[in-house]
Amino acid sequence: MTTDKTQPTPAHEAETGTAHTTEAGTTAPRTTWLRALTAAGGVAAVASTFLAWTWTAEFPGDLTVYGYPGGLQLLTLVLGIVTAVFALAALGLKGLRWLTPSGSTQALRLLALGTFAVTWFTVIAIAVDLGGMVNLEPGGWIAALVTAAPVATTFLLPDDTRPLCRPKQLPSWAEILIIAAVFATGLYVVNYGIQTDADHPEPFLGYLIAVGFTAVALVKAGLVSRISELTTAYRSTTLVAALITAIVFPFFQDKSSFTELGVNIAIFATVALGLNIVVGLAGLLDLGYVAFLGVGAYTAALVSGAAASTIDVKFPFWAAVIIGGVVSLIFGVVIGAPTLRLRGDYLAIVTLGFGEIFRLAMLNLDGTSGPSVTNGPDGIPNIPPLEIFGFNFNDDHSFAGLTLDSNGNYYLLMLLVTILVVLIFSRAGNSRIGRAWVAIREDETAATAMGINGFRVKLIAFALGATLAGVAGAVWAHFQSTVVPEQYVFAGPVPPNSTFLVAAVILGGMGTIGGPLLGATLLYLIPKKLEFLQDYQLLAFGIALILLMRFRPEGIVPNRRQQLEYHETGQLDVPGATGLKDGAVGVTKAEA
Amino acid sequence: MTTTTTSPVLTATGVTMRFGGLTAVRSVDLDVHPGEIVGLIGPNGAGKTTFFNCLTGLYVPTEGNVAYQGTVLPPKPHLVTQAGIARTFQNIRLFANMTVLENVLVGRHTRTKEGLWSALLRGPGFKRAEAASKARAMELLEFTGLADKADHLSRNLAYGEQRKLEIARALASDPGLLLLDEPTAGMNPQETRATEELVFAIRDMGTAVLVIEHDMRFIFNLCDRVAVLVQGQKLIEGTSDVVQSDERVIAAYLGTPFEGAPGAEEAAEVTAAEAGAAKAGPTDGGATDSGSTEAGATDGGPANPGAANPGAARNEAQRGTTARTEDGQ
Ligand SMILES: Nc1ncnc2c1ncn2[C@@H]1O[C@H](COP(=O)(O)OP(=O)(O)OP(=O)(O)O)[C@@H](O)[C@H]1O
Ligand SMILES: [Mg+2]
Repeated sequence: MTTDKTQPTPAHEAETGTAHTTEAGTTAPRTTWLRALTAAGGVAAVASTFLAWTWTAEFPGDLTVYGYPGGLQLLTLVLGIVTAVFALAALGLKGLRWLTPSGSTQALRLLALGTFAVTWFTVIAIAVDLGGMVNLEPGGWIAALVTAAPVATTFLLPDDTRPLCRPKQLPSWAEILIIAAVFATGLYVVNYGIQTDADHPEPFLGYLIAVGFTAVALVKAGLVSRISELTTAYRSTTLVAALITAIVFPFFQDKSSFTELGVNIAIFATVALGLNIVVGLAGLLDLGYVAFLGVGAYTAALVSGAAASTIDVKFPFWAAVIIGGVVSLIFGVVIGAPTLRLRGDYLAIVTLGFGEIFRLAMLNLDGTSGPSVTNGPDGIPNIPPLEIFGFNFNDDHSFAGLTLDSNGNYYLLMLLVTILVVLIFSRAGNSRIGRAWVAIREDETAATAMGINGFRVKLIAFALGATLAGVAGAVWAHFQSTVVPEQYVFAGPVPPNSTFLVAAVILGGMGTIGGPLLGATLLYLIPKKLEFLQDYQLLAFGIALILLMRFRPEGIVPNRRQQLEYHETGQLDVPGATGLKDGAVGVTKAEA
Repeated sequence: MTTTTTSPVLTATGVTMRFGGLTAVRSVDLDVHPGEIVGLIGPNGAGKTTFFNCLTGLYVPTEGNVAYQGTVLPPKPHLVTQAGIARTFQNIRLFANMTVLENVLVGRHTRTKEGLWSALLRGPGFKRAEAASKARAMELLEFTGLADKADHLSRNLAYGEQRKLEIARALASDPGLLLLDEPTAGMNPQETRATEELVFAIRDMGTAVLVIEHDMRFIFNLCDRVAVLVQGQKLIEGTSDVVQSDERVIAAYLGTPFEGAPGAEEAAEVTAAEAGAAKAGPTDGGATDSGSTEAGATDGGPANPGAANPGAARNEAQRGTTARTEDGQ
């Protein structure tokens, strides 16, 4: 088996003999050998997935069949292919060089490590789950061995990181095709993650390992920068592609529960993005944001015509959404007006208090402890399904042979709200008012001295954030068809809670659009798929945030500004406010 | 260049600022007329920056008021800027993580009106206003020589460029009066020369300038009038010649004791406040005496700050400052 796998090596060597001369003749023969071995390792890893790794189908994903990779083997298979292809690109194979515009070694190391990690994770999981190494078939051993080899070879490779080289000019149809392919791949990868078996944590953990390593490898190879160049160049194409990808998502789900995941992700991502206006742009720490979601949800529930509602009215949906937003806005102004005049921490404390007060008030407005408004802990159940122009959201609908179930309907509705919030975020952020927010965040004193009415501008950000949460809340109430006070806590194991939202913003990247969307997706999906985490979720949360603050304080999706702030070295240092005074005088003295 | 016969752009009357027991600015009157460049000098800790903060509403003066073109200003920074007074900071306060262009655009804030709605709807009015702001901002960057750095983050600019950007940002609000707090601090001689030219150009555009600076050559080259602040009080105000030859100014900078120094009680107050908890009392002779003798000995007596070697004069001025508080007793 193994001897079989080493055979491709001389062949690749021969191919690259000509190719590497084009690389300014700097590639040492040793490097070429190591790259070729890495490619061989990748191929060997692929081959190993065609073997049986265990004897019983009890391990999730059925890894018992010869000649037919399944379950976690698929991840090893894909990573093996990618590793081999990148190794060939490193060897200078014609037509593949575009894969590594900023160097191949670091990407190869990460890919090799990813393949290794996924395979070993699988093998170890088999041994642990089934009770012992005896459960491994020879295929499992082989896979473990052949994926370890490329780790060694790639770490012997010299680092060839270089500044991003100029891309070859492609015709624009080709560039647009690339964008389409990127989104299609993205959709596929996300689908794969969402559709992993929630009853067993192994497939999703393997998926996380594989995606994590590959993503970082693509960043290191320079492909991500290349693609972001393309998406900036074709902005509207990218937007359309993103939109289509998001719209077709529910049609690809074979289980309604997957679409439900999608709806929840869309809602929490949207709310996190709304919070990002407050936290990321204006720099106001709002620790009770979830209460505004609650205000919107309760308001919409009260006017929805639900039997349990204490107000006997039935507003059309659009009116419910507007009222939800407006009531949230009013609460935002009432909370914000007294506190935003003060600096900094007061807002965090007051919003934290408001969040708790909201929940307790909803609990107590039950007719015994207070006026009868909310039914206390019972909440308002059985909110009637949405109906817009005769389109009932709880029924299945078919278009052109594709069926959209209840979750799909809500998903598309929620997507509309997401788009609205993305639009608001980007338009507001990139305008006079958005610049004022950022200026206030950067240096409030200087901002006011530049003529910005700090209080007013902060209140606008705070109120806008509250309104958007209210609107999302109104949709959420209908989707859940029930509202109860316990959904709106400061911290808890089930989103939404204020900690979840703030964490989504910080994890994803403050001040960006992609950040909170990605952050909310990860923070929602990971605990959903890894149910064993349930009890330790807050602990895992905390550890993740500490690690993030240590290694990537700007979040996963960096804001251009913050990335520079945290990582640029060798930059001219701007002395701090106090240090500078002395420094400046010192320079004057020295010069005199 | 307009004449100074018109009514003043800035009228500060009896501005006093107390921090607890410390009176940082005491009853200062100052007028700035259109088309004028006025200098504000004084030893370190004299209260110059505090005075600026009172003018711009960052501090609410304990007493006195500030009027712009005859209208008394409310002590709110954004309203002061709105009225037409813009400033720079002694300790550079740029929006470090915004680009150079964005910094200047923030400066345009008071002269544009587009609110949240127009930003969300993006009508033609919004686009026009945004384009006009950008054009004006680029014009100012051109004016200060930073146009080619428009897309850089302001934190990545060299020190001198950051000071220039502060000026461009302040100018973006189309001020009638520009307050510069030590605009050449940390600059090399060429940059200082360039800044001088820049200030003249700003004046020629019709903006009056009030400038704090420790560089005497810079001040006396530039200013139509110079006011000297010592221990929070205005010692003298006049043309460069008058101020340069005034012996009280020399004394204030060099620390020669003289009769009836305006800051005498003030300094005693400061010492008392500093002694504070220790309750050491305001008089403690020994150490201060040796301090002043040392200063006197090395500097070799009074010198004219505007003399042939201004660099040396400045050096003395700086050193004199150290001796100042002690001599005041
Ligand atoms: N916010 C404040 N609270 C208390 N004391 C202050 C405050 N601001 C300034 N002071 C004090 O007021 C005095 C004047 O300070 P100021 O900064 O105005 O001096 P300056 O003339 O600008 O000096 P420099 O030439 O060093 O810039 C100093 O003694 C300072 O310590
Ligand atoms: Mg000062």
